[in-house]
Amino acid sequence: MPQPSPFHERTAPLCRSYAWKDWAGYCAVSRYDTSHEREYFAFRETAGLLDVSPLFKYEVKGPDAARLLGRMMTRDVSQLKVGRVAYSCWCDDDGYVVDDGTVSRLGEKHFRVTAADPSLHWLEDCGRGMNVELEDSSTRLAALALQGPTSRAVLVAAGADVGKLKFFGVTQTTIGDVPVWISRTGYTGDLGYEIWIDSGSAVEVWDALMKAGEPHGIEPAGLDALDITRIEAGFILLGIDYYSSPKVVLKARKSTPLELGFGWMVDPARGNFIGREAILAEQKRGPAWHLVGLEVSWEALEALYETFNLPPSLPATARRDGLPIYADNGAQVGKATSHTWSPILKKYLVIASVERGWEKKGTRLLLEHTVEFERRKVAATVVPTPFFDPERKRKP
Amino acid sequence: MTKSYDAIVVGAGHNGLICAAYLAKAGRKVLVLERRHLVGGATITEEIYPGFKYTCCSYVVSLLRPWIIRDLELPKHGYEVLPLDSTFTPFPDGRYLMRDADPERNRRAIAAFSPRDAEVYKRFGQEMAELGRLVKPMIDDVAPDPVSRNPRELLRLARLAKGVRGQGDRWLVGNAKMMTMSAVDFLSEWFESERLIAPMSVSGIIGTFLGVRSPGTAYVLLHHYMGEIDGSYRAWGLPKGGTGAIAESIASSARHLGVEIRLEAPVDHLLLERGAARGVVLENGEEIRAKAVISGVDPHRTFLKLVGEKNLDPEIAQQVKRFKMRGSSGKVNLSLDGLPDFTCLPGYGPHLRGDITIAPSIDYLERAYDDAKYGAFSKKPFMDIVIPSLTDPTVAPPGKHTMSIFVQYAPYNLKEGAADWPNQREAFGDAVIDTLSEYAPNIKKHILHRQVLTPWDLEQIYGLTEGNIFHGELSLEQLAFLRPLAGWSRYKTPVDKLWMCGSGTHPGGGIMGAPGALCARTMLEKRAV
Repeated sequence: MPQPSPFHERTAPLCRSYAWKDWAGYCAVSRYDTSHEREYFAFRETAGLLDVSPLFKYEVKGPDAARLLGRMMTRDVSQLKVGRVAYSCWCDDDGYVVDDGTVSRLGEKHFRVTAADPSLHWLEDCGRGMNVELEDSSTRLAALALQGPTSRAVLVAAGADVGKLKFFGVTQTTIGDVPVWISRTGYTGDLGYEIWIDSGSAVEVWDALMKAGEPHGIEPAGLDALDITRIEAGFILLGIDYYSSPKVVLKARKSTPLELGFGWMVDPARGNFIGREAILAEQKRGPAWHLVGLEVSWEALEALYETFNLPPSLPATARRDGLPIYADNGAQVGKATSHTWSPILKKYLVIASVERGWEKKGTRLLLEHTVEFERRKVAATVVPTPFFDPERKRKP
Repeated sequence: MTKSYDAIVVGAGHNGLICAAYLAKAGRKVLVLERRHLVGGATITEEIYPGFKYTCCSYVVSLLRPWIIRDLELPKHGYEVLPLDSTFTPFPDGRYLMRDADPERNRRAIAAFSPRDAEVYKRFGQEMAELGRLVKPMIDDVAPDPVSRNPRELLRLARLAKGVRGQGDRWLVGNAKMMTMSAVDFLSEWFESERLIAPMSVSGIIGTFLGVRSPGTAYVLLHHYMGEIDGSYRAWGLPKGGTGAIAESIASSARHLGVEIRLEAPVDHLLLERGAARGVVLENGEEIRAKAVISGVDPHRTFLKLVGEKNLDPEIAQQVKRFKMRGSSGKVNLSLDGLPDFTCLPGYGPHLRGDITIAPSIDYLERAYDDAKYGAFSKKPFMDIVIPSLTDPTVAPPGKHTMSIFVQYAPYNLKEGAADWPNQREAFGDAVIDTLSEYAPNIKKHILHRQVLTPWDLEQIYGLTEGNIFHGELSLEQLAFLRPLAGWSRYKTPVDKLWMCGSGTHPGGGIMGAPGALCARTMLEKRAV
């Protein structure tokens, strides 16, 4: 049974919809009101405040901290400067992805790792014989994501010193009297920050942000809104768009970094890291699958619904039901794993995995779409991701 | 060297820009001439008071055709629409009605006045949406021509009829009623509570010189159920950055497609040779030639000013003059340093983020009309209010707000004459604020700046003849194949090489864009450019 997060006493009374879901064993708000729409637009137009405490968090400290993470991650995070954050995945020996997350270098000998799945054992296994101290800080630290164009203004108004914090930077500052770590990271692909707080002070920080944020249009936001924004940003989700290698039995269910579009996280010149041999071999041979973005043709969708004498209708929320993707000749060449209508781009977007040869930009494919209990197909085109990439995201 | 264009569009309103963009997309060389210093026409955002951006004229969007948004890739050019999903109606007795996107919440809210209406409300919405869907093809295509024997025209009519035929007699009766009844009578067939009928009926009068009890107003209600955002039939939206941002995004797309836009280039008249439009003459005397001229301004201005009455067939001139402009509304825009506090629902809440309608009873609305009938502005007007800054913080400094108040009635022709509006402007503004403060008494102390736009101002500043926001009333006798003139509903005009693409043409006003796009489509089909 899921347990309350450190922000529960604030989020629970606001959650008028009673729409909760289980996120890593915590009660997490799906949407506060009957529709998530306002929360979505807060992420894109003002600032959305999301409780991300259920994320798994680990402190890696000690003289060998950099060495451990350099060995575990596909990216060379050992070279990360203090005050910087890197997004990376990590693999097993066979080069299959285990998880993905952020690595923040808080000090010369202090890193913080976030993960979607429990990962302490993995860190321990990677660090055998090394001089490191590991801590699962998941419950000790509460976390908030504050995302959207006015998020910086909200933090500054709350007294946090983030005016100069760069994209993927991390800094220690205060909100009110509470010391916090703030990183300029997030899962919405917009200007945004994540705030790491001692759980005991969680509510105090929530209150300070809500108060400071009022003139800047702050809104508590839930996971339904987040899901749309993360698809727009082209971010994949463990357990939805791919599976953690150690958790699946079938090899076919596993994914390599190259298959997931994480090729940029791999530096072949670099020395030993876990999965290196397999990944280098795959680099030579080329991945069998490619993660792509698809845009569904609205005209085709409209025409399809017209044959039923219906106006086109799509679910208002992001969807995770896997759907087959076909080539023109009817052969199945891929699978859609996440899809959503993008209210800001006015487009129906899909994150999909397609077999090699179907990944090129502009490739025309067909996506299964059910209307009135009948399975049909609509045209979709391969497009680059992120679908949505505002300048403000990385602007100083 | 004088440049030569395939087409010149007069007026950079949203329709003119859309028309230009479509022509450019088809490879034509197009010049858009705008009298003012900014694009948009009546689709504009202006920083009238420092730090506060007013959507001076049109203030919400719902009908902008989704295919235009796609064709011109407007989201890429900055087009963003934020949801505006609720309608809040305060009543003088301290009660209120709040309707939003949640059906169950609506049912409870309406049940407080009439349990029966609460149940019927959803069904009404469904039936109206269904009606709207059948009428929709009308606004995505040129007007049908009921007198033509041309097979293509008959096909067009048959297509429309096909939708109708499947609906059966009940639908036909319903539709016939809609076409002829008043908004109040039509709604009263469904609902019993005036608390619901009054705020719903105003959709039938916006922009017309008619009252909620005037026949023909029921039809206009339908337009409000055709609003489409994201291809789904739903309510209204608030453009980010004000409605001006929509015009900017269209202009950006048009420029990207090669359209040349010249600002502060007022056209004085058309260059006519042997009765055909060969270009335009600017106020500074500059002549610019083109294969065709497209007027984005209203029918009166197009024919009586740009062409000139002396160059018109007298019959046509008479028809143009009979085309009813008669503006009936004004706008009050406010900069606020605090939010209105409604007596019936104090404090901040979702009710402030949607539409706020001052339409407490049918008699109230009809009395407002009475004032106008005899040449005076309504002492207690109908008002449609939005606070864009609550949804879009880019339009006001943090913690401060803009308020847009659409006000009806404000007849262009005062009994003292239209030219007396400057003398009555502030009194009109006061009547608006006084009325609002009966519901939200704190409003006066929060006003930092007030812009009052009377129909006379709308004419002077924005070039809307008689201040008509739709380039001519959206009444039945001025719609479809009768808009703007019988026999000339297909964007072509009685003047050779002169075309029209503004809201004065089919399917009419509002930020819909269909006139501009359909004009371009027709011109390309007819190889006019």
